[in-house]
Amino acid sequence: MENEGKKKIWSEYQKEIANDHFFYVRSCIRQSFYPGSEQFFLDFMRNVLGKDVYENPSHTTCTGIGYHGDIVPLSTIMTIVARHFALMKESGYKNIAISCVTSFGIYTEILETWKHFPDELAKTREYLFKATGREFDIPENMAHTSDIIYKFRNEIAAKAKNLLIDKKTGEPLKVVEHIGCHYAKMFPKFGVGGAEFPHVLSGMAEAWGGEVIDYPERRHCCGFGFRQYLVQANRGYSISNTAKKFSSMMPYKPDLVLTNCPGCNMFMDKWQYTIKEMEGTAYGTNGDSIPVLTYEELAGLVMGYNPWDLGLQFHMVQSEPLLRRMGVDFSREDKFKTKDGRQMPVPENLINA
Amino acid sequence: MEKFGFTLTKARVIDYDRNDHSIVDFIMEREPSFKACIECGCCSATCTTGNFTGFSLREINVLLKRGENDQVRKKIKKCMLCGKCSLVCPRGVNTRNVVFVAKQAFQKFDNYAV
Repeated sequence: MENEGKKKIWSEYQKEIANDHFFYVRSCIRQSFYPGSEQFFLDFMRNVLGKDVYENPSHTTCTGIGYHGDIVPLSTIMTIVARHFALMKESGYKNIAISCVTSFGIYTEILETWKHFPDELAKTREYLFKATGREFDIPENMAHTSDIIYKFRNEIAAKAKNLLIDKKTGEPLKVVEHIGCHYAKMFPKFGVGGAEFPHVLSGMAEAWGGEVIDYPERRHCCGFGFRQYLVQANRGYSISNTAKKFSSMMPYKPDLVLTNCPGCNMFMDKWQYTIKEMEGTAYGTNGDSIPVLTYEELAGLVMGYNPWDLGLQFHMVQSEPLLRRMGVDFSREDKFKTKDGRQMPVPENLINA
Repeated sequence: MEKFGFTLTKARVIDYDRNDHSIVDFIMEREPSFKACIECGCCSATCTTGNFTGFSLREINVLLKRGENDQVRKKIKKCMLCGKCSLVCPRGVNTRNVVFVAKQAFQKFDNYAV
């Protein structure tokens, strides 16, 4: 069979991901709700791969949630992003690594705006200079951190201690991969595999031994939707979307949901609790709910990190059923203990615990 | 139930896999001419009840084939079984009997007299 044509077409769906010297920008949601994810990324990049990843403490929110919630104007958010680029320039970096899919979408949207409307770029330069006296350059390479983990997925597989395989049966675990809409649906050229064949998470799951599930609502929104969520009375739209997605994946009996977007992770995790409270529905097997993990948390589990160091206990849906299937060693006693051994408060009514 | 200040709404998607096809299967078996229906709407156009109440046999046929039986149960009560619709059907469907058998089916499967 001739594969040359297919290879050529597939090559057009790839993006260039820098290899080293990253200016790292954090995510508001991830560093608050799933702090182990960013911690793993930095530890893996710096200490395992020996890469240069720089964080600037003056970096702020991108205000993406406010922008999509109709509160922050476009000119404001463009100036804020320009300030981030100015911090990167001052630090001497040209490759930006973005932890958040919302921020990633904001950066791509703004870069495309500046490309097609150079007047906007000139105005933003002026606003930033007048406000802060700073100047900026456009990054040479822009990658989401899931792109970077995807790039090094085989290095992670080579160091794997717990592959995505059921320890008892030897069968691959069933993985639902959910890619944030703002990763590649808006500007496909910035994502691995574009909007049609996004491969960033399925590539990881396959490299680490899992089986990716294809189900009818695979590319459906997680339900976050910003302005659909921000007003309490509208949250029925949000949770109904999530329920539709979970109902669609339920017959395939997934072992975990893998996400690359902070909002998707939060809503697919926390709405499962809410739906269970409202209707009594649990979407996993044996009355359990489905653990929702970030790609860093999953990579950490695969590499044999302690699940509590990865912050899995801070999810609404606990990961114990998954840990048992993967054969990960964990201590129930240490679950809510600090690094120096102090006991933290234990939440009530944890799901799957 | 915990009160969150919002509710779950069901999707308006018609799920052919989950909907109940027992009623339409019962009708197809007893009145095979129903398979010939092309949903042209002549039956609805000539329907006396439809002129006064919004009842539409065409709509009933579509809902039955989709398995949306909940909506049919109420609507089908309006039919007077006059049979004018069967006189105008270009495909020769015995539409009067379709309604008659549908009523039987609801009584048989749901114990719901219509």
